[in-house]
Amino acid sequence: SWTRIAGRIGAVPHTMAAMAAGLPLGVYSVWIINKSGGLIFQRNYADIDTNDTNETLRLASIWHSLHAISIQLSPVPGCTGIELLETDKFDLHCIQTLTGTKFFVTASPKTIGLEHLLHTIYDLYSDFVMKNPFYEMEMPVRCELFEHNLQSACEMMNARA
Amino acid sequence: GNGGRRYSSKAETVWRPLSTQGARRHFPQNKNATKALRGRHTVSSVMTQRQQGPPASIVDRPLTKGRSEVSLSAFSFLFSEIVQYHRTRASSIRELEHKLEEAGQGVGARMLEVLSYREKGNRREIRLQGILQFINTNVWRCLFGKSADSLEIYNDDEYVLSDRSLLVNRFISVPKDLGDLNCAAFVAGVVKGVLEDAGFSAEVSAYYTVAEGQARPRTNILMKFAPEVLEREQRLGV
Repeated sequence: SWTRIAGRIGAVPHTMAAMAAGLPLGVYSVWIINKSGGLIFQRNYADIDTNDTNETLRLASIWHSLHAISIQLSPVPGCTGIELLETDKFDLHCIQTLTGTKFFVTASPKTIGLEHLLHTIYDLYSDFVMKNPFYEMEMPVRCELFEHNLQSACEMMNARA
Repeated sequence: GNGGRRYSSKAETVWRPLSTQGARRHFPQNKNATKALRGRHTVSSVMTQRQQGPPASIVDRPLTKGRSEVSLSAFSFLFSEIVQYHRTRASSIRELEHKLEEAGQGVGARMLEVLSYREKGNRREIRLQGILQFINTNVWRCLFGKSADSLEIYNDDEYVLSDRSLLVNRFISVPKDLGDLNCAAFVAGVVKGVLEDAGFSAEVSAYYTVAEGQARPRTNILMKFAPEVLEREQRLGV
């Protein structure tokens, strides 16, 4: 399998690492956490194992707490929280908006363009969720247009990876 | 000057004179200018009058061209609030659509006046084709930046305006439990306001139709005209 990978012309290092580990490429999942720490959106975009709903809710609130703790742990003032979590199996990029909503994506290691993807997701959220009159604030996101556009964005991201 | 006061305190002048520049801007031909001002002043008084400075009251200033572009986000948030506001006060989907329609009617009535003045030179449409073309191009272009996709006739009394992606619905996803609610009822109300005030009473409604080969359904605005409108059309000669 190494010779096969090396034979691909122009193979980017991160794809080689991920393919060697047998992991799918690109974006794995997108999570959105509201300002109180509750999970309002979670979707997988790759062929990975899914946790059950309670598990994902628990994980989201744990992440919310970790994010807050990291700000307090910071030795210098002005820390804005965890932005990147790197493991040998996946990367996690997170942004927190001015309103306290957190967006994070998990993806294969060393995937590029995730910061840009997060800002795209934030744009889609502010368009198709915030401007939707039928969305209740801080409630789970059930907006068809948002999910549809998010799917396209992640698929485009995965196709390029 | 005295911009704060709306009405003149002088008893003898109810209408203060237009400046000569104002007259020239709105009535390019002198003939029309004299006709329009006849009731208030003689020709010579207008022509020899020096400009007296900016007209003080808002009703005397010439009508501005208006802003051609408005923030889409600002409008979307405002429209979202309108829908939410009426949703708390309506007890059914039909009632919500009806309230949106009423909200749109006010817009339509004003659009008719403003666009007739700005773009049609105060010409009044008396034929059905005329008013439909007016809505199709002028109203749509002013509101949405482009003309409607198509205008079709279904039966004798039913006309349909079609739009691939209506601006008001661009960011709205209706949840399943609200069934077939369509916030384009607001746009149907705008069309109804234009038609009613132009003298063509009609029942106007908006609905989705699935278009083959397109991800999003088209929005159709159905206009069903009252029988007297059709009779009048017949009399005027088809």
